[in-house]
Amino acid sequence: MNIKLIANVAQSLLTARWKQTLVAAIGVTFSITMFVSLLSFMAGLNELLDGLMMNRTAHIRLYNEIQASKLQPIDDALQFQDHHNFIRSIKPKNERLDIYNNGAIMQSLKKDPRVLGVAPTIVAQVFYNVGVVNLTGIINGIDVEAESKLFLFSDYVIEGNYSSLKNIPNSIILGKGAATTMLAEIGDIIQVTSPKGLRVQLKVVGFFQSGIRELDKVQSYASIATTQKILGESNNYITDLQVKLKNIALAPAMAKEYARLYGTEALDIKTANAQFETGSNVRSIISYAVGVTLLIVAGFGIYNILNMMIYEKMDSIAILKATGFSGNDVNAIFIGIALSIGVFGGGLGLLLGFVATTGIHQIPFTTTSLPTIKTYPVSYNPFFYLIGGVFSLITTYLAGYFPSRKASRVDPVAIIRGK
Amino acid sequence: MGNIILEAKNISKSFHDPLTVQVLSDINFTIAKGEFVSVIGKSGCGKSTLLYILSTMDTDFEGELLIDNVSMKDKKEAELAKVRNEKIGFVFQFHYLLNEFSVLRNVMLPGLKLGKYAEKETKDRAMDKLKILGIESEASKSPNQLSGGQKQRVAIARALINDPLLIMGDEPTGNLDKKNSDIVFDIFKELAEKYQQSLLIVTHDNEFAARTHRIIEMEDGRIIKM
Repeated sequence: MNIKLIANVAQSLLTARWKQTLVAAIGVTFSITMFVSLLSFMAGLNELLDGLMMNRTAHIRLYNEIQASKLQPIDDALQFQDHHNFIRSIKPKNERLDIYNNGAIMQSLKKDPRVLGVAPTIVAQVFYNVGVVNLTGIINGIDVEAESKLFLFSDYVIEGNYSSLKNIPNSIILGKGAATTMLAEIGDIIQVTSPKGLRVQLKVVGFFQSGIRELDKVQSYASIATTQKILGESNNYITDLQVKLKNIALAPAMAKEYARLYGTEALDIKTANAQFETGSNVRSIISYAVGVTLLIVAGFGIYNILNMMIYEKMDSIAILKATGFSGNDVNAIFIGIALSIGVFGGGLGLLLGFVATTGIHQIPFTTTSLPTIKTYPVSYNPFFYLIGGVFSLITTYLAGYFPSRKASRVDPVAIIRGK
Repeated sequence: MGNIILEAKNISKSFHDPLTVQVLSDINFTIAKGEFVSVIGKSGCGKSTLLYILSTMDTDFEGELLIDNVSMKDKKEAELAKVRNEKIGFVFQFHYLLNEFSVLRNVMLPGLKLGKYAEKETKDRAMDKLKILGIESEASKSPNQLSGGQKQRVAIARALINDPLLIMGDEPTGNLDKKNSDIVFDIFKELAEKYQQSLLIVTHDNEFAARTHRIIEMEDGRIIKM
């Protein structure tokens, strides 16, 4: 089969009816544009919502919590070893909440090649003293650098400088809600009371907004040293180790491994936020469904136009066959026409889709709960462009398939004698 | 007769819808190289049907057809297309030129399909054919800018491009006035005598037929005189 000749004939037929061709191509362009921009926008939103959760959440959290004793005295009684025992007399005891030997655990975690980083934290329950009123609050003692690097802490500090936390002793970054209630401004000194009754004065160096109002009313941040001071604990007191992994998929398995290895509780992100992924998946499915529907509609447009073209070109098909073009050649000519509509329409669609996505990215979008977001979020994932491109080719091929087959079966005798 | 290029053996054909009607029965004849043959007969005597069978486009018949001593029976559609491309040139009553292409390109198309010569050479050959037919000045025009007689001459040039064994014509002068008919006839005559081109022309113009080398006369699906 002479591909150059086939392509030449297809091109001539296409350009001879360029208006029709244009309409068909515009259909494909429009649907691909919509497909790409819709998916990019949807994925952008998904990433934003996921990020809201994922960025601030450790992949694995190592901690201790007060639990019922796993071993009851009756289990030690020899005569009841193989029985089902339900007598429970030992209540939970006052266990230490800090992680034992945390320095060594951190060293060993940092050496693990699967681990991206570890951020130690302390959670301290406190009262903010405002005049005669005591407000309950939580102070998170953090390693400022690790927290910024792994959990984008700095993004959520809306006023003040997050590094002051490290540089100024006895400093605090207040939750925005708490600060509003306490009428605190940057540079003010506030007083907090620890559960043990210790009173500590702290300097406000910034405000923090997570986007979750209830959280911002109670949550504040201080350095690890400051928090240890508030709690009256020694400088090796750490209650949580937040581990971020290179591959989030490994989290459930590694959490079990760490729990066994270090003798602490270990909670992985998948177990903690199972419902989150479901939401993302459903949103993706909806956007794909809409995109594919658009493409199928465009496909019917191409089908109609090719069918009309074939009726118009019956004579040409007949004479091509009479002068030696086989059914396969004719088939290839019309498939070629359909695919070039797909390639040009689809290519332009991808380009316009990119332009539209960039456009959406410029639209202002501000919400108090998302301090870092200034415009609508979009995703520039090349995968969407790949899907769009492949799909435009598949749809146009299918739309061209049946008309082309019809053209290849045209009986030249019937056409020529019919005149 | 030494060089037989086409042979029909016991060719019969019937239409079955709505009633079985025998349109051709037991047709036997041969055409030798360089012969200028015309087929005449009344309307509906089956002469066009016979032509389309001989052209390999109509495969629904009984009997045997040999072109260049090769049987056309059991050949696939693509193989038949190749035979038509290489060995047969067509001239129809209607010119069937493609308006999407220039006159020159129209003539070149079957040549490009054959792929025996490079594009440049095919172009030169097409110009030569147009020259033989005296319309080389129209080469770059679109077919719909030409007169009826000129279009038919372009169609003849197209039929000649691959130096076919045989040119078949289905009433090639049927749509033309007297003057243009004469021009076309003279071209055929010249092709036959000067270039030894074999021709098989179906016509109902007895005057036209009388001037050919050999007349095959048909009636009711049979050859009555040859």
